[in-house]
Amino acid sequence: MRFIVQKILYLVPTLIGITLVAFAFIHAIPGDPVLIMAGERGISPARHAELMAQLGLDKPLWQQYISYIWQILHGDFGISYVSKEPVLSEFMQLFPATLELACCAIVLAVFIGVPAGMLAAVKRGSIFDQSAMGLSLLGYSMPIFWWGMLLVMLFSGYLGWTPVSGRIDLSYYFEPVTGFMLIDSLLSGEEGAFSSVARHLILPSIVLATIPLAVIARQTRSAMLEVLGEDYMRTARAKGLSSFRIYAVHAARNAMIPVITTIGLQVSALIAGAILTETIFSWPGIGKWLVEAIFKRDYMTVQGGILIIAILVMAVNLLVDILYGIINPRISKA
Amino acid sequence: MTDISQQHISSAGLRAQALREFWYGFSRSNGAVIGLIIFLFFVAVAVLAPLLAPYAYDVRFDNAVLQPPVWQSGGSWAFPLGTDAIGRDMLSRLIFGAQYSLFIGVVVAGLVFVFGVAIGVVSGFFGGKTDMAIMRLMDILLAFPALLLALLLVNIVGRGLSGAIMATIIAFLPYFVRLSRAAVQAEKSKDYVTAARLAGAGRFRLMFKTILPNCMASLIVQATLAFSDAILSVSALGFLGMGATAPTPEWGTMLADARDFVTTDKWWIVTLPGLAILLLVLAVNLAGDGLRDAFDPKLKRS
Repeated sequence: MRFIVQKILYLVPTLIGITLVAFAFIHAIPGDPVLIMAGERGISPARHAELMAQLGLDKPLWQQYISYIWQILHGDFGISYVSKEPVLSEFMQLFPATLELACCAIVLAVFIGVPAGMLAAVKRGSIFDQSAMGLSLLGYSMPIFWWGMLLVMLFSGYLGWTPVSGRIDLSYYFEPVTGFMLIDSLLSGEEGAFSSVARHLILPSIVLATIPLAVIARQTRSAMLEVLGEDYMRTARAKGLSSFRIYAVHAARNAMIPVITTIGLQVSALIAGAILTETIFSWPGIGKWLVEAIFKRDYMTVQGGILIIAILVMAVNLLVDILYGIINPRISKA
Repeated sequence: MTDISQQHISSAGLRAQALREFWYGFSRSNGAVIGLIIFLFFVAVAVLAPLLAPYAYDVRFDNAVLQPPVWQSGGSWAFPLGTDAIGRDMLSRLIFGAQYSLFIGVVVAGLVFVFGVAIGVVSGFFGGKTDMAIMRLMDILLAFPALLLALLLVNIVGRGLSGAIMATIIAFLPYFVRLSRAAVQAEKSKDYVTAARLAGAGRFRLMFKTILPNCMASLIVQATLAFSDAILSVSALGFLGMGATAPTPEWGTMLADARDFVTTDKWWIVTLPGLAILLLVLAVNLAGDGLRDAFDPKLKRS
């Protein structure tokens, strides 16, 4: 417990730093928010000063920062310049789409990457090992925005199997319950809705899963190799246990410790990947939302969005840290 | 006098010996050698681009818009890999694109290496408050996914190729700082450092002449990773419209233009620039793996 509290306290300065970065961002970009909002029409100096005062932008920076922190503590992440909606509520609306995509991708990456990495380690040097590691290096080197375009060209354009973009065919409509379309479409009971959702989901999931899959497979293999060389493995073998039991129970359980950390660290990669994947597939999630906000110079949305994302990444890393402490008692006691 | 010159010869001999051993370790891995060959091929293409490319990268042939590659019906030897939407020769653009990608890789990896190592070594060597302040700053940068951070920074320093490069450098910095700091911390308390300190070596000498060379192996491996990551990151920014601009034949920017052709049969516009990125990045990663194995025999696969 003390270990967890310590970890959280350690994050406080970083958290403050993140708010400083987000706050600095909007002041560092060329032009001030009022000029940006006015756009190409321009604005009279008098009106400009009036709006600056209205937004509190005429105050000294430190005062602005304090009121910014005050707002954040009250759950106010600013109002979008473009849609005039609160940034937080826009984020909440779009986040389930990204979460659903990211979950599918990570499930794909773990369920293929972990067994493949383990098998590669057990059959070290075999053709399977070599081709799995070759493919993993290929995946790791992949420009995923191109990979996505290639898959769309092949499966949507040429073969016509999957839709080009979006989350579901426009002919279906149901009220969001969980925000996860896969679940909502089943709950709605509409015929064909679920398969439409699944067909929309498959290519983006593959694209987003590519790099985490490569990393997880490689990491699992090397963790497994390390474990296989340990003394207790020899003991297990000497006791005459079946090789399935040796590998599946003794080796796999110990090899999973570093692998779980690796999986946790993919959150950051998933968000970076989501920015590209959502742009290619017009997936209505936070990645596409942020890119569009940057293009429209909707910097309040960008400021709020990056702050929420950074906090999210930090929270997940904290969770992984704690989980790591729980499954590996040597850490928490040290 | 003779003593000194003999010493010189033997140290040169030692270096040659080390180099031979290194090459032995490196060349044992087929992948690494293949990676190196592909990489050198790209370097040659980039250097010889003005000689190799049939046309300038921005010249338009209005009567040959969207012409397919030579082996497809409608293709011609005038444009071996076809032309793009405004009639520019794909082959020439791809060839000149190699210059940009290699330049991006070299500049980003080089500058990240220099700044990251300098900051990391200072942080690891001094420890205490300096270290704490630097590492906290790096923690903050690490809280943002690298591509997102680069995307934000590029809007501050200015969109375009140089903006994208600068943004990527800053986004990659924390990884180098952390790695070199950890390496220095591991070396700092070893006997040879204490010996050098007792012999009267100053801080600067201890940091950069005594300790740093012993941390080089892992840093060089990391630099090859930064090289390939930089190409991916800057081309991703180009794809998102924040990197290199219009007539520049940067591969990522070419792919941004190719988005309109994803559902058409103009496959060469979509396929070729990405294939070039993949090949170059793969080559660098293969060579990087080989470097790691050659530097660190303990990690060797078999």
